[in-house]
Amino acid sequence: MGVTGEESKEKKVVRLRIQRGAGSGTAPPRYDTFEVPREDGMVVLNAVHYIQSHLDPSLAVRWNCKAGRCGSCSAEINGRPQLMCKTRVDSIDGDITIEPMQAFPHLRDLVTDVTANWKVAAMIPPFTPKANAGDTFTFYQADVDRSREFRRCIECFLCMDVCHVVREHEADYIGPRWVVKAASLDMHPMDGLNRSKFMKDAGGLGFCNITKCCQEICPEHIVITDDAIIPEKERVVDRHYDPILWVYRRLRGRAKADETR
Amino acid sequence: MWAPRHIKDGVDISDRSYDEKVCDVLVLGAGGAGLRAAIESHDRGAKTLVVCKSLLGKAHTVMAEGGIAAALGNVDPKDSWEVHFSDTIVEGQHLSNWRMAEIFAKEAIERVYELERYGAVFDRTPEGKISQRAFGAHTYRRLCNIGDRTGLELIRTLQDQLIARGVPFMDEVMTTCVFRESKTGRAAGAFGIDIKTGRLLLFRAKAVILATGGSGRVYQVTSNSYESTGDGIGMAYRAGAELMDMEMIQFHPTGMIYPPGVRGMLVTEAVRGEGGILTNSNGERFMSKYDPKRMELSARDVVARSIYAEIMAGRGSKGGGVYLDISHRGADYIKKKLPSMYDQFLAFADIDITKDKMEVAPTVHYQMGGVRVDPETAETSVKMLFAAGEVASGLHGANRLGGNSLSDILVFGKRAGAAAAERAAAIDLPSVDGGEIEDEISRVLSPFSSVGGANPFHMKEEIASNMWMHVGIVRKAEDLEAGLAELERLREEAKGLKAVGGRAYNQSWTDSLQVLDMLTVCEAMIRSALERKESRGAHTRSDFPAKDPKWLVNIITVQENGKMVRRMVPVPAPPPELQNLIKEDD
Repeated sequence: MGVTGEESKEKKVVRLRIQRGAGSGTAPPRYDTFEVPREDGMVVLNAVHYIQSHLDPSLAVRWNCKAGRCGSCSAEINGRPQLMCKTRVDSIDGDITIEPMQAFPHLRDLVTDVTANWKVAAMIPPFTPKANAGDTFTFYQADVDRSREFRRCIECFLCMDVCHVVREHEADYIGPRWVVKAASLDMHPMDGLNRSKFMKDAGGLGFCNITKCCQEICPEHIVITDDAIIPEKERVVDRHYDPILWVYRRLRGRAKADETR
Repeated sequence: MWAPRHIKDGVDISDRSYDEKVCDVLVLGAGGAGLRAAIESHDRGAKTLVVCKSLLGKAHTVMAEGGIAAALGNVDPKDSWEVHFSDTIVEGQHLSNWRMAEIFAKEAIERVYELERYGAVFDRTPEGKISQRAFGAHTYRRLCNIGDRTGLELIRTLQDQLIARGVPFMDEVMTTCVFRESKTGRAAGAFGIDIKTGRLLLFRAKAVILATGGSGRVYQVTSNSYESTGDGIGMAYRAGAELMDMEMIQFHPTGMIYPPGVRGMLVTEAVRGEGGILTNSNGERFMSKYDPKRMELSARDVVARSIYAEIMAGRGSKGGGVYLDISHRGADYIKKKLPSMYDQFLAFADIDITKDKMEVAPTVHYQMGGVRVDPETAETSVKMLFAAGEVASGLHGANRLGGNSLSDILVFGKRAGAAAAERAAAIDLPSVDGGEIEDEISRVLSPFSSVGGANPFHMKEEIASNMWMHVGIVRKAEDLEAGLAELERLREEAKGLKAVGGRAYNQSWTDSLQVLDMLTVCEAMIRSALERKESRGAHTRSDFPAKDPKWLVNIITVQENGKMVRRMVPVPAPPPELQNLIKEDD
């Protein structure tokens, strides 16, 4: 770049490099380059749609609401996990490289297979109302506000994509999205379960070493590590590793009851 | 847990083999209606299978913002199901089915409390009850809400319930037709495509529930998601089911207009519910001219037409809309009550709504019409084929109240699930004719062997622009005829729809099949709009500007001998005790 003619051309078109092909093979990925007319306020997903409609109808991209609400169009844009519908083209200098999320099995082009998440979702002990909850609940806005943040999650799985434990190790850790889910249940004012044993064992919470990458990229600005993961870790520690509380619970005979409280 | 799995290689494009899935109750769609139906069907002991086109949890329900309408009377103790019933009938301009409205208003209350027991966390009153906010044309503050994310909470709660129960589901499967048993005429299953792999699927079931949502994507400017292409309506029509009120399309008064890429994106009615003010380019609060009593919280059709009239009269904003201002409520209040709207305008349009005005214009939002159903069971005119939610018709008449769709999907989703499960328990698995399966396979695979070069993505744009131009907020015969003529041209073009590439995750293939149903849906909409020679609710004809009592009829659309025909059916009159509840505003 640097030539004036090139620069004015740069302003009129967006150049996108998009990973193509199918399967998580060992061969290096193939990239196609497309030039798309630049529009005011354009987002990356708009550019991808232009390609489907005018340049290459075989390009595969998962999307649905185009409004940052459904969490379908997750991808890595210039290496950073982001929603294509929420990433403005004018926020990026130069070419735009779009690749599928790397933490999940690759299906085709920009689409990955995220179905493993549903198996993990099924492991988490579900919302279970307290025994005395009644048919209509009474609780207060302050109780609502405590878990509201976690309930913003749109399940885009970008936090799973950026998590090095999920991405690079075959560890049995449920991953940031599912810790957020557990936290949202644990902080539900009417929930009667204690999930700390699950989080410690099957949940693999100990594998998270608090690099905080997940909370940096969350498009819903959920402070995943500080607000969900660390409090969940603290709960596990209180329940299973605090010697004073352990003795106290033994004396009060509540060890068993607490697990199902 | 996250170890890479081997992905099956793609299927050959000419492969006609299919996998067979058998269940008692097949639920198509996993928005609120589908999930609630599946939970009910499962809880009643039916072997239930949910099939949905997008990923689980991404259905259009997720986009619902403002709240769920139910007469809990937590904030306004005078509210009751009777008033909610009346509001629904009046807003529907008396085209609603009274029995559906009655069931709806009564049962919505329990469905909200049930959702809370399922784990949804609603905003609270100071007394610790579910809070309720004001919304357009609701007599009382009635919308139970979860910030401006009510739909997300609803779908996530139901999704968790589905998963906790272990109800089987298959996401990213597009169904292409509903089969009927030839000897009994009952629904017998469906055919579909596993989008991820491209494999074909035969579903055999004793009952089929359509919960496939609406068809807003047939319009250029719409708040609707990618998947709202009217497939369910197309499948029902092809299976011989009756459609009703297809001319009734709700334009939401406030959609974003800038930047172009997000045009149509919804600006929730909650902005007006929380005190937002609409002004034109002269700074006039113009709703005082059109509805001085209810102002910005008038009925959706009234506000949409008022905005349209201001724009047409040259008093529009610089971007071609009008202004909506909430900044007077203060930054803290706005960020708390309307967090998504704050984020949305900041992210997409560089506008801080705590300081600046929004620019808005009407956007296609909801389809009141759809598949005709029995009020008690949600069964369509095809035996053992049920429909619930936006795909069904009858509750909202000529216009839907804000917040009524979320309670609709729960009330009638549950009823459909209950009826399907109970009736399925009493019958044997119906047979599906092998010849019909072969015909459907040929139809489904035809875009691969097409010699034409029509691009389905481009065709969707053409369809949407035709509807926007010719079947908009204000309609007239001449425009509608032009729309119909363009539709015929598009139908010719669609013969050349071409799928490019292989079978796995090939949207040029699945979108080609969607285009065919979109054309059917558009035809039904335009022909019904031509038929109704009056203005009522969401249907406004500049050549027939008055409401006419002789049009107190529902327009039925059905396929007979391969042709689309229409019948007029008088709207059933409510019994006197319900008639007496209906309070006209004016």
